Amino acid sequence: MRLIREIVRPAQEFVRTFGAMTLFFVQLLRHTPWTLAKRFNLVIGQVFNAGALSIVIIMVSGLFVGGVLGLQAFANLERFNAEEATGILAGFALVKEIGPVITALLFAGRAGTALASEIGLMKATDQLSAMEMMAVNPMHRVLVPRFLGGVISMPLLTAVFTMVGLLGAHLVAVELMGVDVGAYWQQLQQSMDIDDVMEGIYKSIVFGVVASLLAVWEGYSAVPTAEGVGRATTRTVVSTAIAVLILDFMITAYLI
Amino acid sequence: MIEVRDLDFSRGSRPIFKNLNLTIAHGDITAIMGPSGTGKTTLLRLIARQLEPDRGQILIDGVDIATLSQSALYELRKRFGMLFQNGALLTDMSVFENVAFPLREHTPLGERLIRMIVLTKLHAVGLRGAAELMPAELSGGMARRVALARAIVMDPDILFYDEPFVGLDPISMGVIARLIRRLNDTLGISSIVVSHDIKELAEVSDHSFLIADGCVAASGSPDDLKKDSSEMVKQFMHGLADGPVAFHYDAPDYEKQLIGEAE
Repeated sequence: MRLIREIVRPAQEFVRTFGAMTLFFVQLLRHTPWTLAKRFNLVIGQVFNAGALSIVIIMVSGLFVGGVLGLQAFANLERFNAEEATGILAGFALVKEIGPVITALLFAGRAGTALASEIGLMKATDQLSAMEMMAVNPMHRVLVPRFLGGVISMPLLTAVFTMVGLLGAHLVAVELMGVDVGAYWQQLQQSMDIDDVMEGIYKSIVFGVVASLLAVWEGYSAVPTAEGVGRATTRTVVSTAIAVLILDFMITAYLI
Repeated sequence: MIEVRDLDFSRGSRPIFKNLNLTIAHGDITAIMGPSGTGKTTLLRLIARQLEPDRGQILIDGVDIATLSQSALYELRKRFGMLFQNGALLTDMSVFENVAFPLREHTPLGERLIRMIVLTKLHAVGLRGAAELMPAELSGGMARRVALARAIVMDPDILFYDEPFVGLDPISMGVIARLIRRLNDTLGISSIVVSHDIKELAEVSDHSFLIADGCVAASGSPDDLKKDSSEMVKQFMHGLADGPVAFHYDAPDYEKQLIGEAE
């Protein structure tokens, strides 16, 4: 009996949280047109916070992930005398999988935690209540701009990550390992079509919505204490990572 | 006029108010007093409909606030000003921007006029010189004074003060108490002050409610409450440890617990 209770209770809690988060997502979408029309400057500010301020970490990570891909692809393809296909392997991996996924994970670690802790602290220090008392809807002023800022930033950051990753793979494969530069880029160009690029873009949009929603939700639903905000921040990273990896599998399975 | 009728409110299984009834007259400074944890701040939040009661009605100028749509509620809140216990300043804005925030949100006023109004309100709380500071650079008392400037910047009809005297030095306390009185009389507004500070409240309030055990234990002018003969009112008004309001939270026998015979 106790075992059943211990299984049922977390399941109930999960369903309740998922339901509340879904309603919260509907609220965000409902307030999006008004916010875009009247508070576009706030959205731009959040694109700067979530996007522009994440660019350095995205570029550094992209460069090294691309470099590792270049090394691995070269080392393994060389066994079959196919090292000129390094560009194809690194390119496909970056554009379709690694670019969107790692960008989303880095976004959760850098921007998602910042969003969750900022909103959680605003709640803990009564700033959201104060806005409500001043007849200012926190949805319009705080939540929707941060959500949209994340959604807009993610595809842009993914594009930056992927481009820098391709450059990193190029540096390793062409400049370090001596793969022919023409073969590297031409084979990549010939074998990749628009559907491959679109797959990466679709993923980055879905990950942008999910990562931003989870960050804003965790902050907004945080217990308004120092411990509660800390937990919300941790949960943002963990739940975003799990959600992104599950969704990546589902989208890939659907598109293949 | 604010009327609270037959109000019940609980947090989880813990009842906060049971059949609470009170009327706050227009133009008065009304003090809400009571021991810690009696729900004084909760009452302010219920009146502003930041919380929903389990039962009962709250009427503001005859309108049941539970019946208002969200946009009507926000229109009503434009008539409110609230001073939060911790100030609740927006931490990403300077003092000036915090005070200007409601004006920028709700009025089409130009920059020159906004600057003039904000500086006037900051001057009233003695912080005109701190306009460019950020909230993190302010002491607790200063933050509360900035929050007061922000609460009055829209010239509200009803001002809520949640513990306005906590953490203030005696000079600021006197200034704020006089400011509460002056604002109320000059603007012809209603003020509701939640506080423990009996001495300051006695000086500024016109009417007081003492809340205990979820309902109004006593009400009247500060002098009426001082003369009240009930044990509970006497204990609270004179700050006595012994009386109907327990100072200690429920615990096992002190001696037995010390020598380890009780948990």
